[in-house]
Amino acid sequence: MSNNMNLTLKVWRQKNAKTKGELVSYQADHVSPDMSFLEMLDVVNEGLIKKGDDPIHFDHDCREGICGSCSLHINGRPHGPKQGITTCQLHMRSFNDKDTIVIEPWRAEGFPVIKDLSTDRSAFDRIQVAGGFISVNTGGAPDANAMPIPKVVADEAFNSATCIGCGACVAACKNASAMLFVSAKVSQLALLPQGQPERYRRVQAMVSQMDAEGFGSCTNTGACEAECPKEISITNIARMNRDYFTAKLLKSEE
Amino acid sequence: MSNFAKTFSSSLGKKLVMALTGIFLCTFLVVHLVGNLQLFKDDAGQAFNAYAYFMTHFGPIKIVSYLLYASIIIHAVYALLLTAGNKKARPVAYAVQKGGQNSPWTSRNMGILGTILLIFIVVHMGDFWWKYHNAELPYAKYEISLDNPNDIQVSELPYDANRLIHSEIVDVQAGKQIVVSKDLYKIVNNAFQTWWYVLLYVVAMAALSFHLIHGFKSAFQTIGWNNSNLVPIIRFLGVWVFGVLIPLAFAAMPLYFFFK
Ligand code: HEM
Ligand code: SF4
Ligand code: FES
Repeated sequence: MSNNMNLTLKVWRQKNAKTKGELVSYQADHVSPDMSFLEMLDVVNEGLIKKGDDPIHFDHDCREGICGSCSLHINGRPHGPKQGITTCQLHMRSFNDKDTIVIEPWRAEGFPVIKDLSTDRSAFDRIQVAGGFISVNTGGAPDANAMPIPKVVADEAFNSATCIGCGACVAACKNASAMLFVSAKVSQLALLPQGQPERYRRVQAMVSQMDAEGFGSCTNTGACEAECPKEISITNIARMNRDYFTAKLLKSEE
Repeated sequence: MSNFAKTFSSSLGKKLVMALTGIFLCTFLVVHLVGNLQLFKDDAGQAFNAYAYFMTHFGPIKIVSYLLYASIIIHAVYALLLTAGNKKARPVAYAVQKGGQNSPWTSRNMGILGTILLIFIVVHMGDFWWKYHNAELPYAKYEISLDNPNDIQVSELPYDANRLIHSEIVDVQAGKQIVVSKDLYKIVNNAFQTWWYVLLYVVAMAALSFHLIHGFKSAFQTIGWNNSNLVPIIRFLGVWVFGVLIPLAFAAMPLYFFFK
């Protein structure tokens, strides 16, 4: 094809968590604009493997924007230049011939690099385990409207629940704060009747684990919601703060 | 650690302290501005000096002013703690980070803007607050006609350790009120004759503007007051009152004395 592109990649290479990494340049030639970003990297990796070099490690799984594995910081922005999509949904048509593309891993104390562009995001799992659940059996499906929930509330809870735990919010934040993720996980339950019994215990446990994992503190820049592939809103952060302060300062039971 | 201490050392607790002290400083700005508008009166500083005396010697206001000093210190200390924590949260920096494409400049530079404000507050308090309380300032004597309050005769009295900081008597026979006050107005007037000093004030007020364009609304987001009816009001106040009107009015004061 005539409109294929020749690109220069500057990729973060790092052997493991203990060694220091550096940016290494690679040439990616004849890249089709119809390729996804990850397919482009697959092709570069094939070339490296053929040469006997170590391929570039990066996380991916579903490649359709639902699992939250892919996590590349591309030209200064998590998941690249577009809004509302993950790295696996980014296509090479968003770039131009002869572009230089800098690819880095998520950078945060809470997300140590495993190798190259792949980071350990188990901190998010530990935050979830600390309180992001409901401790009762759900039982059989109840009759529709047996438990009335206003449509706006149901929608808001569902929006919060679309978080895929990718960590782009942390990656985008100048403070490496995890508050968008945590607040989405707090909100999806705090908004619904089933979440009420543990509402205030949950928010305290999750915030405390978030702090223990070494994430920073929100300055309300809004970078997280601008970069979130699921467009989770920072209203969730205000809700989490409200619940946390209510729990700590106004409630004595929990 | 008690639960209370734990709350205020958590990430959210520290943010709450920032927000509450920040909002308190904002309310102070309004009071400070309204009072300082006396500077624009063409009365050789009589109203301003009376106001300065009132603010420094009326019990309840004195208590609030100690709260204010504490707020400035706590706000600055917590800013430092939060910033240090946030730096630690990203030990390896990005080679390329395009913050400008996902967040406003003000929101990413609160620390720098705050540092300018802190330097300003120290200089400002050293020059006016400290001098008013401790320096041997001259006194201004105002003789105000009882028939025509706009007819004011001013004269300067030298410093005298035994003199009251502010006194007022009415001399009915002479038909005038005599007011003698420590002359802070003169210090203000003199300070603002130097161009670089005026410039420092104008720069500091620009920093205040940017700090509050982000800070005012940010504080309510931190506290969790983000009701959809409230947010537009908060945004309006944050930009137009705290970001534009108040800094402009403060900046007008040094400029007024410089060009007067
Ligand atoms: C008249 C003086 C000041 C006023 C009215 C003021 C007001 C505010 C307000 C309302 C906030 C928002 C709080 C929030 O986001 O929850 C804030 C944040 C901040 N202020 Fe100030 N401030 C003043 C002076 C200072 C000084 C002297 C410093 C630094 C030494 C400073 C540093 C900061 C920082 C770093 C933040 C961001 C903190 C964060 O959001 O995590 N400020 N300020
Ligand atoms: S809030 Fe958005 S950016 Fe953060 S982890 Fe969830 S989906 Fe990813
Ligand atoms: S690989 Fe699953 S979201 Fe990108």
